[in-house]
Amino acid sequence: MTVLVIVDHDRGTISPAVLGALTAGRNLATELGIAFEVLTIGAQADSLSSTLSAYGASVIRQVHHEILVDYGPDAWGEVLAQVVRATAPQFVIGCGSERGHEVIAQAAARLDLPAVMNCTEVRPGENLDRALELTRTRWGGSLLEMAELDSPIKLVTLAEHSTEPTESKVDSQLIEFVPSLDSSVSHSIVRDRVERIAGVTLATSPVVVSGGRGVGSAEGFAPLEELATLLGGVVGCSRAVTNNGWRNHTDQVGQTGTRIAPDIYIACGISGAIQHWVGAMASKNILAINIDKEANIVTKAGYAVIGDLHKVVPAICTEIKRRRGGS
Amino acid sequence: MNILVCVKRVPAPGARINISPDGKSVDTAFLGFTVSPHEECAVEAAVQLVENNGGEVTVLTLGPTAAEEQLRTAVSVGAANAVLLVNDGPDWDPQRTARGIISSIRQLESANGVFDLILFGNESADSCGYQVGIRIAVALGRPMVNGAKSLDVENGLATIRREADAGQELYTLPLPACVGIREGINLPRYPTMKGRLASKKVTIARSEVSAEAGGQRMILLRRPAEKASTTVILGTGPEAASAVVDLLGELGVLR
Ligand SMILES: Cc1cc2nc3c(=O)[nH]c(=O)nc-3n(C[C@H](O)[C@H](O)[C@H](O)COP(=O)(O)OP(=O)(O)OC[C@H]3O[C@@H](n4cnc5c(N)ncnc54)[C@H](O)[C@@H]3O)c2cc1C
Ligand SMILES: Nc1ncnc2c1ncn2[C@@H]1O[C@H](COP(=O)(O)O)[C@@H](O)[C@H]1O
Repeated sequence: MTVLVIVDHDRGTISPAVLGALTAGRNLATELGIAFEVLTIGAQADSLSSTLSAYGASVIRQVHHEILVDYGPDAWGEVLAQVVRATAPQFVIGCGSERGHEVIAQAAARLDLPAVMNCTEVRPGENLDRALELTRTRWGGSLLEMAELDSPIKLVTLAEHSTEPTESKVDSQLIEFVPSLDSSVSHSIVRDRVERIAGVTLATSPVVVSGGRGVGSAEGFAPLEELATLLGGVVGCSRAVTNNGWRNHTDQVGQTGTRIAPDIYIACGISGAIQHWVGAMASKNILAINIDKEANIVTKAGYAVIGDLHKVVPAICTEIKRRRGGS
Repeated sequence: MNILVCVKRVPAPGARINISPDGKSVDTAFLGFTVSPHEECAVEAAVQLVENNGGEVTVLTLGPTAAEEQLRTAVSVGAANAVLLVNDGPDWDPQRTARGIISSIRQLESANGVFDLILFGNESADSCGYQVGIRIAVALGRPMVNGAKSLDVENGLATIRREADAGQELYTLPLPACVGIREGINLPRYPTMKGRLASKKVTIARSEVSAEAGGQRMILLRRPAEKASTTVILGTGPEAASAVVDLLGELGVLR
């Protein structure tokens, strides 16, 4: 009887979402009175064992195989499926990251088992043989679904940020697992990589100045660029903007774009459709600049200016420069 | 080069998503329908590949009769063939959906040959299960990478780039292969006059579908709790600039 958490890492660098998943896995195992085990894939992950002990893993299964240097969805999914067959855990938990979903889905497909993604709550109930009740997100988080998972082995991923990471140290037992892998799973292993240049990104910037259809053109973003620069932030946009080719999709905030959580989000000429809002709602403060005082973004934002962004944004820039020049 | 693209019909809600009184579905009265932006981009990627390499794009959906609309839209931007697997009842779970589509792909391939590529969206717009494409790929024994931000094909190899925490990853998959596409890989085109005509004339290959249910069951939908908010209106027009800059100062973002 075990809860197994699969550790998402890249050549030994842990993904931030793992710590929440480890904490949730440990809590679930404690609640059920069963063992908490973790799985690391590839020799470069062996160095993670002290972190995993700190998060309470009683057993760390380390998978070693010559083809497991870089990540590969088919290879990782096959390894996880083999570990599940060998150890028959009750629960298998992955991170709610792109890679986490991918590995759980790959393993589920190979085991012909269901898999429920992006769970925010898992209620084990008294009787483990019964279907499990859980809550998951739909529509990128705009909607919650109460669902039932009916399977002897329960595969899930946890929505990111659904569990606050906390440590609870134990001495872990290390167990090596050697999978049997044929060349068919090696086709989808990462062939090459380009490291990201460090710097502020849309996802991490403390200030985001975004424009929507109301900006009207690619050139119309110039004052938003200026405001973002004055505030040390970056420019974002809505899908109406990327669809018109005014800006690159890397700037898009929302369900199919980037999720942001800046100190302030300044949304100019954006109506606040649910698929946009879901990407911006974690912002600590929202200022909407819109000609329509009934616009969804205006009614949901903490602060609003009603007016033409083409006049309001330059006026804000001028005022910032005036105060900076004056002091 | 023959490519299959799988798309799912979903409602396109605006300011909020309303739930039907029984709590089991999205209230779609007054809503239009669409497919996920990821899937729109998958159709565009397939059409571009076929323009450069020859061959045909087939688009497939498992859904209600009304999903003909989404298939015709795909034809209007360049798909040649359309397949509708009819399920007029409630949405199927991911395993069942995958099983239905797998058996249809096997039939299509035994009649017309293997698809060089099968494309999916990174995740469906409504369910966001991140798995139907992967289940299909595994059942067919083909390599699969999700989240593609670029896709090129040369000499029987598909080259894929995707964004990861550390940077960009590059994959090369031998064909036949499966790929999940992410929005941003391209800018989908608008239909041309000729495309619109073709979409009216295309014969949709419609068939009944049955498949065993999987282990995930939807019980109820609900909206997440919303923070009750009151909006502070800082002013109207450019005269509000001073109040905005005061606020930026208070929030500590005026460094
Ligand atoms: C599955 C799915 C996923 C999606 N994912 C995303 C996503 O990731 N991100 C996203 O943004 N959208 C997404 N969308 C699209 C979304 O539904 C909306 O269509 C889109 O967000 C609208 O963009 P917008 O607010 O810029 O445009 P509109 O809705 O047209 O709003 C324009 C706003 O500008 C205001 N305005 C006009 N002129 C001015 C002016 N001069 N000054 C001030 N205000 C002005 C208007 O009052 C209006 O409020 C998705 C849709 C679907 C179906
Ligand atoms: N009912 C369906 N019909 C056709 N394709 C589907 C269907 N459901 C899911 N897909 C495909 O599988 C992808 C992943 O779906 P999901 O697992 O629901 O996130 C989608 O983007 C589609 O390409």
